[in-house]
Amino acid sequence: MAITLENLKLQQGDFTLTADIKINANQTTAIIGPSGGGKSTLLLLIAGFIQPDRGKIILQGKDVTKIEPARRPLTMLFQENNLFPHLSVFQNTALGVDPNLKLSKTDRQNVKTALERVGLETHLNTLPAKLSGGQRQRVAIARALLRKRPILLLDEPFAALGPALRHEMLDLVENIRSSQDAALLLITHNPDDARRIAPETIVVADGNVSKPAPTAPLLDTPPIALARYLGSPYLQSS
Amino acid sequence: MANSAQPINKGLALAGSAAVLAVALLVLLPVAALFARADGMGGINSYGWSVIRFTIFQAALSALISVLLAIPVARALARRQFFGRGFVLSLMGAPFLLPSIVAVFGLLAIWGRSGIFSDILARFGAGPLDIYGLSGILLAHVFFNFPLVVRMILQAWDAVPVEHFRLAAQLNMGPRAIFRLIEIPLLRGVVPSALLVVFLLCMTSFAVVLALGGGPKATTIELAIYQALRFEFDLSTAAMLALVQFALCISVAVLALKATRSAGFGGGLIMVQNRWDKTKILLWQDSILIALSLVFVAMPLIAIVFRGLKGLVSGIPAGLLQALITSLIIALTSAMLAITLALILAHFIQYLRGKSGQALEVFAFLTLAASPFVIGTGLFIVINPFVDPFKLALPITALVNAAITLPLALRIFLPCLARINENYGQVASNIGLSGWSRFRILTWPQMRREIGFATGIAAALSMGDLGVITLFAPPDIATLPLLMYRLMGSYQTEAAALVALILVASSFLLFWLFDNGGRHGNHP
Repeated sequence: MAITLENLKLQQGDFTLTADIKINANQTTAIIGPSGGGKSTLLLLIAGFIQPDRGKIILQGKDVTKIEPARRPLTMLFQENNLFPHLSVFQNTALGVDPNLKLSKTDRQNVKTALERVGLETHLNTLPAKLSGGQRQRVAIARALLRKRPILLLDEPFAALGPALRHEMLDLVENIRSSQDAALLLITHNPDDARRIAPETIVVADGNVSKPAPTAPLLDTPPIALARYLGSPYLQSS
Repeated sequence: MANSAQPINKGLALAGSAAVLAVALLVLLPVAALFARADGMGGINSYGWSVIRFTIFQAALSALISVLLAIPVARALARRQFFGRGFVLSLMGAPFLLPSIVAVFGLLAIWGRSGIFSDILARFGAGPLDIYGLSGILLAHVFFNFPLVVRMILQAWDAVPVEHFRLAAQLNMGPRAIFRLIEIPLLRGVVPSALLVVFLLCMTSFAVVLALGGGPKATTIELAIYQALRFEFDLSTAAMLALVQFALCISVAVLALKATRSAGFGGGLIMVQNRWDKTKILLWQDSILIALSLVFVAMPLIAIVFRGLKGLVSGIPAGLLQALITSLIIALTSAMLAITLALILAHFIQYLRGKSGQALEVFAFLTLAASPFVIGTGLFIVINPFVDPFKLALPITALVNAAITLPLALRIFLPCLARINENYGQVASNIGLSGWSRFRILTWPQMRREIGFATGIAAALSMGDLGVITLFAPPDIATLPLLMYRLMGSYQTEAAALVALILVASSFLLFWLFDNGGRHGNHP
């Protein structure tokens, strides 16, 4: 198991999130559900940016509930603002090696290799403002690649991209994931994304986190909470 | 104007032009009068030059100290969540609204010859502190502006995306890496404008220098103008000094405008940024910094309340009620005038857009460069041949106060109006919402919070202003600040303390009434 959430509970005002699930290592799991249902909160909990009120978060067999974000075996990609605007593409990527940017020769070579892998080797000195939305997320992916953490958390980083570009990015991420034998947890609001790269999918709605289920059957005959989110054709079939 | 979000509107164009004309008359006419009256730079003697040097020196030093102190305190406040944090932040907003003569009174009670620290020192056989002169001026200016800069920096902090702090946590950045990667870029954006704004405020600060400065070693241009007009009736020297002041301030204002186009003066929801680089030493450092600044800002305020209550015993000083009424009338009149003008100008600037809109914006901000004394001296010269200026003391004070708060209000309104037009301008035009109904249905509900806040600031500042009124007021007329200054001058400290308390209470009450009025019934 890559991720185990045991009796997890978080209370934020009126909103309660509960989760008691296990997520497989070495595969992609999609998270789908309506806005405000708790998808991002779930990832923030796993990454350690929010503390649960009770329950345990176990990553790679180790209880990390009380451990700070930097020491958890994961990298999270946010929807936006993954880059510092005043640092170049190269520097932003190199932060994944050393946050103080003190790099050895090998380090520099590794950063370049990572940027080659995402197709940005010709933009080393470019500032984020000069990049397209897709290119910016590629830099963040290159950084994640360098960090080589066994768990990747993606909070809809491609939501703003067009379908073709989004598919391309998903394939890139899936490719990197499988080359590192990592677990990938991907929030998406698009069922096609889940079908494309995620064998299993989790539904998060109204603070309830369902257990991972095989993606295709889940989407073909969705439970009521998911059907409501997906729309009328699904509602009729369920 | 085909792609303008705001439809062409004759009424607005007319009102806008009238407002521009009014502001131009209010600022340019006095400056023109100064030019006519001044005898050229040759008229400035060595005393005049030393006054100019001192003005720049104290303003630069005040700005530097305020900003240097504010940076570590703002960092501490940005990264700590503790009980009473909201209170500390509100307290940091208090000095900006505190009438300067009252602040001086509170500072004297703490740091003065017979203040708390002098008493403590006396027990150890050390001499009393003396804060008259440069040290007192610096102390007062830092007291006013250090909290203002803290708030400006915190607002810049607020604009840092939360992801950057999460990224820092994930990448295991220590305080030093965070300083380099997040805080330095942030400070680079806000510090230059903070320096310039504080410099400008200290260039034109009058009441502080009137009360704590004076003499050849601690006289600023504004004080020298006051002395030339009031004691020597030397119009040409006053006019010349006012021109120098105007030139200096306009250069700083131009720089300030370049350095910042949107920095606000408070307000805003200041969130604590959850951070993960918390070490024990940092925690101690931050706690001590926050505690010290709390003490520094709160002590004079507490002293004002205590001494004011004690002053009750000595009875109500003569003329208190009359002064209170006069002050309220001036405050409300000038606030309404400033807000109306600012609203019209803001709409007009939005409507013009492009080059002419920008030019108008710059022009309106530059009225900030015409200090109360520049405008006041000019008006004095304009009016003098026709009417006895002393008879018009109150209307002139209200008018000048309005001119001074106008740019502040405009600075609050413009970004807000731009946002409204950006978000809803096309929809509004599409359904034909224009003119007065557009203001009533769209702009007012979206902007009432800002309008309330700006009106509160304008009224409180005008209420506490001790500036041009000192030039014009005959002995039988007084505002609260002037009454208080006169009582301090005649060593009636207890009576002055009572007036101080009433003045503070009424200024803060005015601010609260308008600010609160704007917040409630706000759009969702």
